[in-house]
Amino acid sequence: MSAHDISLTVNGEAVREAVEPRRTLVDFLREDLGLTGSHVGCEHGVCGACTVRVDGAVVRGCLVLAVQCDGARVETIEGVSDSGAIADLQNAFEKRNALQCGYCTPGMLLAAEELLAAGGTPGREKIREHISGNYCRCTGYEAIVDAIEAVVQARGGRK
Amino acid sequence: MKIADDLPSALTALDRPNSYIGRSVPRPNLARLMQGRGQYVSDLALARMAHVAFARSPHAHARIKKIDAAAAKKTPGVIAVVTGPELAKVITPWVGVLSHLKGIKSAPQHAIAIDRACWQGEAVCAVVAKSRAEAEDAIDLLDIDYEELPVVTDAETALDAKTLVIHPELGDNLTFERKHEAGEVDKAFKEADAVVEATFVFGRHTGVTNEPRAIVAYWNEGEQRLTVYQGTQAPHMMQNLFAKHLSLAEHQVRVVTKDVGGSFGIKVHTYADEMATVALSKLLKRPVKFVADRLESFITDIHARDHRVKAKIGVKKDGTITAFEIDDLTGIGPYSVYPRTSGIEANQVVNLVGGPYKCPNYRALARVVFQNKNVMCQYRAVGHPIATAVTEGLVELAAAKIGIDPLEMRRKNLIPDDGYPCAGASGIKFEKLSHHAALEKLVKMMGYEKLRAEQAELRKKKIYRGLGFASFIEVTNPSAAFYGVGGAKISAQDGATLRLDAQGALIVHSGVTEQGQGTEAVLAQVAASAFGIAIERVRVVTGDTDNTPYGGGTWASRAAGIGGEAAWQAGKALRQNVLAVAASILQSEPKALDIRNGLVVDADTGRERITLDEVARVAYFRPDTLPPGFQAELVATRHYVPRAWPFAFTNGIQASYLEVDIDTGFVKLLRHWCVEDCGTVINPQLVDEQIRGGIVQGIGAALYEHCIYDERGQLLNGNMADYLVPMAGEMPDMEIGHVVSPTADSELGAKGAGEAGTAGAPAVVMNAINDALRPLGAKIITEMPATPGVVLKALGRV
Repeated sequence: MSAHDISLTVNGEAVREAVEPRRTLVDFLREDLGLTGSHVGCEHGVCGACTVRVDGAVVRGCLVLAVQCDGARVETIEGVSDSGAIADLQNAFEKRNALQCGYCTPGMLLAAEELLAAGGTPGREKIREHISGNYCRCTGYEAIVDAIEAVVQARGGRK
Repeated sequence: MKIADDLPSALTALDRPNSYIGRSVPRPNLARLMQGRGQYVSDLALARMAHVAFARSPHAHARIKKIDAAAAKKTPGVIAVVTGPELAKVITPWVGVLSHLKGIKSAPQHAIAIDRACWQGEAVCAVVAKSRAEAEDAIDLLDIDYEELPVVTDAETALDAKTLVIHPELGDNLTFERKHEAGEVDKAFKEADAVVEATFVFGRHTGVTNEPRAIVAYWNEGEQRLTVYQGTQAPHMMQNLFAKHLSLAEHQVRVVTKDVGGSFGIKVHTYADEMATVALSKLLKRPVKFVADRLESFITDIHARDHRVKAKIGVKKDGTITAFEIDDLTGIGPYSVYPRTSGIEANQVVNLVGGPYKCPNYRALARVVFQNKNVMCQYRAVGHPIATAVTEGLVELAAAKIGIDPLEMRRKNLIPDDGYPCAGASGIKFEKLSHHAALEKLVKMMGYEKLRAEQAELRKKKIYRGLGFASFIEVTNPSAAFYGVGGAKISAQDGATLRLDAQGALIVHSGVTEQGQGTEAVLAQVAASAFGIAIERVRVVTGDTDNTPYGGGTWASRAAGIGGEAAWQAGKALRQNVLAVAASILQSEPKALDIRNGLVVDADTGRERITLDEVARVAYFRPDTLPPGFQAELVATRHYVPRAWPFAFTNGIQASYLEVDIDTGFVKLLRHWCVEDCGTVINPQLVDEQIRGGIVQGIGAALYEHCIYDERGQLLNGNMADYLVPMAGEMPDMEIGHVVSPTADSELGAKGAGEAGTAGAPAVVMNAINDALRPLGAKIITEMPATPGVVLKALGRV
């Protein structure tokens, strides 16, 4: 299968790689770039473990092809962690034990940050609705909702 | 060691200065996981690592007539195409039986099917290639000629004389049968004022771990050693099995388990494709990786809970239960799963039905049969959700029939809190339970009377809400009675090795494993408390057969109770060793000293005498300054296994409050409560979150999850779009409370908490739905999952 050259930025770093057209974004990140924080859960867009950001928007890394990201700005959990952008959310998750096995957590954090970044003060129901595309088998979700709610309160609606 | 109250909530702490027992200490590994820097097996890449994909039988039962691999072998990137007979030269088959399950039988199972596939999804050929994608490309080019065979799918007819026998050499399709009779059952039913009968049907479902099963095996020909990186709950068990079936010595095998993306009992079994991966590594002398994709997970991860239970309860007018009777039938696929067997689930159902109650009259029949579907085996709370739903379903049906409040019915029949020790009608032994205290606490927490009033008020407005309850018991801290006595090499004991490092920090190596439940936090808390050091100076190492004491791992809610006690004892032992060195340096007596908050102090006054790093410095670098003949020992190992009781039973009670939309059949969960008694609570937050996560897993069984097979043995919904799991939007908030009855079998007094939520949740949701629909004269729902279709059918609307 012939490879295509793509150029993009990943976590602020310029990346140039040759990828097969069938390569998904999440496989590209994990296998070609070694960024294994984005996880593969279902590979059909249901579980949300592969959640990453492309040009600022949250997407399913298993439903986007790497070749579609030519020229794009991709952010993963590793980049968002190192920038400190979601440190308050991560602290809230730790305090509330809002993760157990941690496999869903990178995707869950990025989904939660999408809601928080929209501003306002969403309540529990809105939080539950927003993360309902991210599957967690361990926690039963309540601790995750608590942690996000705590950050909603702390940020006070600031975007 | 005495137990003292530490927190206002009456959670206990062991009486040590600066104890971490009973405190919600954060887990040490969270930052790594939150930054995407975990080390899951699916993340792992090794030099020269190849990937294996499997061709899987599309038929539930078929003879493999021919595999033509010529085209596949020519595909770019392909390293090897290996069939069952070829791989059988490297790895021997296995049979999933245990000697203490009398009469259990199964047939030899191979890593890759030989001649015949017995379920849709059984691997029939392996392709190893440079990438997974290339391996899958080649699988598409395999030409496999199948001859379809008749299938056995319905458990009800599996034992009929005219039904095909799946393994003719076994004589019939009966895997295992158990009969139990206690008391005077017929007389008790005759004396009852009312007898209620119901047939409970439990949908086959599965674990859906977020990270699928994953394994990387590396046979190093130069070292003659196999290293297996595996997402497993039981590294030492797997070490034994890999060695046994590859004809190696155990010391030639190392199993490493770092982060695991969810287990729940799914990852404690022998999977043919994982055994094949290990054998392929040996055959090809290079690392081989296998990660199940989600579609493979649905047809190969063990399924569970496919039971049909005909059940009966006798009750007097005053609410006294006179007898229980069950007839349980379960189909477990074509093989009993190795090495824990597929007989345990039904065996547990027999053990647990009626368990919370005084009633001595009990008759049970359980039959386990072969069929051509994916295999079933132990999944979180093995047998408990079935036994609890049957028992508690019957109790609430009986209460409704004689017109007594369901909680009054339980007050009348639950074993009294001062009635221990005692035995249940199935023969199980209880050290100390607290059913009544738990019930009264639950009533207070939920505001029972107020909710009943609200329910009555809303019914007038045609809003149908229901309250359901379930008292339950849970098997935890298993002794050798679970597997060891049956001949399986699954360790009941566990060990902990504690070492004071050269800077005075504490390094803990434990045989139990971390699956996300917080084992490493609990071990750190226990070790820090027993030894006397700040938890920040404790590092825990688990999941490596080369570097941890031999142990059983994590299953049956044993990590905290058994692994924790070993760490506690090792902490005490190392404290004595370190105090001997300190006393030698200080020319004092060990018993005059103690270690508190990382300092050696005078035991009486608490005055600081010497720091731990100074003790370590002298012991490691200036032992010449210690008295002649004195040898510092800064490592201590201790082991623990429960001996006084076969299992440390725990107990609890759950309640659900929900609303049924009688037009659509949808169920909206409003609130959920659980009061649980797991003995000493080491980390309240972790215990509560285990219970919450477990409850939601049980809710999945009650309302959504179902592996739907057609009569040809084809799984119809084996993907995450069609197989429904609980998501955040539909789940309720859950209130958790505790009663604390420590086990006297260990100093720590901790029992397990991992399965209580899953044990009780299906029963309470089922009972609450029936409670909601009762004024409408609906048929009783005894089927799971209670989908909208099931609810509407009960209402006579479809």
